[in-house]
Amino acid sequence: MKRYNIDVAIIGGGAAGLAAAIEVKKAEFNPLIMERDLELGGILMQCIHNGFGLKEFKEELTGPEYAQRFINEINELDIPYKLDTMVIEITPDKKIYAVSKNEGLIEINSKAIILSMGCREKTRGAINVPGFRPSGIFTAGQAQRFVNIEGYLPGKTIVILGSGDIGMIMARRLTWEGCKVKAVVEIQPYVSGLLRNQVQCLEDYNIPLITSYTLTKIHGKDRLKGITISKVGRNFDQIIGTDRFIECDTLLLSVGLIPENELTRIAGAEISPMGGAVIDNNLETTIEGVFACGNVLQVHDLVDLVTAEAKRAGKNAVDYINERFGKTQKEQRKIRLNSGENVTYIKPDYVNFNELLKNLIINFRVKHPDRRIQIQLKDETNRIIYKLKKPYVIPSEMNELKINIGNLEINTECNELIIDVIPQPEPLID
Amino acid sequence: MEKSDEREVIKTIRCIVCPTGCEIEVKEIPDGEIVFEGYTCKRGLEYAKQEFSEPKRILTTTIRVDDALHPLIPVRTDKPLIKQKLNEALKIMARTIVNAPIKMGDILIENITNEEVNIIASRDLKKCKNIIK
Repeated sequence: MKRYNIDVAIIGGGAAGLAAAIEVKKAEFNPLIMERDLELGGILMQCIHNGFGLKEFKEELTGPEYAQRFINEINELDIPYKLDTMVIEITPDKKIYAVSKNEGLIEINSKAIILSMGCREKTRGAINVPGFRPSGIFTAGQAQRFVNIEGYLPGKTIVILGSGDIGMIMARRLTWEGCKVKAVVEIQPYVSGLLRNQVQCLEDYNIPLITSYTLTKIHGKDRLKGITISKVGRNFDQIIGTDRFIECDTLLLSVGLIPENELTRIAGAEISPMGGAVIDNNLETTIEGVFACGNVLQVHDLVDLVTAEAKRAGKNAVDYINERFGKTQKEQRKIRLNSGENVTYIKPDYVNFNELLKNLIINFRVKHPDRRIQIQLKDETNRIIYKLKKPYVIPSEMNELKINIGNLEINTECNELIIDVIPQPEPLID
Repeated sequence: MEKSDEREVIKTIRCIVCPTGCEIEVKEIPDGEIVFEGYTCKRGLEYAKQEFSEPKRILTTTIRVDDALHPLIPVRTDKPLIKQKLNEALKIMARTIVNAPIKMGDILIENITNEEVNIIASRDLKKCKNIIK
């Protein structure tokens, strides 16, 4: 068995892995990217539509262009990577076992590990649809790979379940390729993707959008013959007598993404109930020296945000090797970060106070939309230690707080911090 | 208010410049003048004017490649193309086969529909035997 010794092992060569590797190399440490596909770039390579990079590059790129810019930098910096290489195990002492056609089983010893495996799509099993199991049912991303990379069409008459951005973009893509997209069906009373995609992907091509409806039956034994959809009530319960049959040979599911954390679990890192590893504000998992970033940690709205998070993971991995935290500071103050009013998701799980760190970055999602709100960071005694006004919050958008740690006054006894999103107190009238 | 009632709404445009999504109404007043109402920023007005007079889109699709890792190369128009020309452009691209090696930004079809818009490659693609085929 071949053995390698490197500084930072990076698992996954998509948007997150590429950005993390570049940061590690720029700090003059040796990264190694392991990628299971035949090329770098990850899912960006099949997202051939434009709209990527407005934050990172200040221009609008297609997915492959966004990835290619990073791949070019990887090559310029001479960063090593292994393609067609599947990591099968990570041990708690940071040994990695991987298999590939060229090398067989290999062992990689690293000082730090960055987990950047991305996420995968929810399948039919995740949404419990009764009926037969004919061919012709795909996830939207799977169909996207067939159409945009491998050169196959999934079918001719198509219904898309879920009005997320991937679903709507696939509706337009398949229309351009000559398919008939009969409808996009959404269980919510509103579109879940961007307005821009609703206008340019559906309305431009007169593709019907059916909201407050869900899939209730699949017809066809060998090949899909059609689906039944039914109207749903306020609690997404099916309303009897509202069934509609739509004839189609293909159904695409665009019903959500799940971080792909099998390796994280094998390594023994704690996974939070929301999916994604439990991390502190350094993006470090519960295993010392193992960091997580990108969609394997939390599903981001934009690739630019994946890149930003991955750069932080790369820098932090280097800081860890330089013993700037973790190893040398065993008695760090670890404070649990919890969600309060109207907050449904929060990362990091812990805040680790340490004078070497400058910014505390908190990501959170809200339960329901609200306007004119105040975001508050409170300690367990309800003392507000940081607050910020915002014009609006919506559940589909991840919020980011960037707080300079030096400006925070935290009680030495504090064990818990809470993020609250509350309606702004009315201004007092004199 | 009475005055605006005389105006006929000839088109409603949903602004996609930002997530606010303003509904912009295009109205024609009796003397034939076209006015825009409902926008809340300058960029929105510009978008609505363009969208009303000559809507344009960036077109992103694929072209067949004969001799590379993948049978397709992702491509895009280098500028927004007039909406009515999208279908014509798609048909031309469906008939086109290109050869590797290709570099990102290479012009694969020049001046595709005589609108001074080129089709450029979205990525690099090395020359090799197509192994996925």
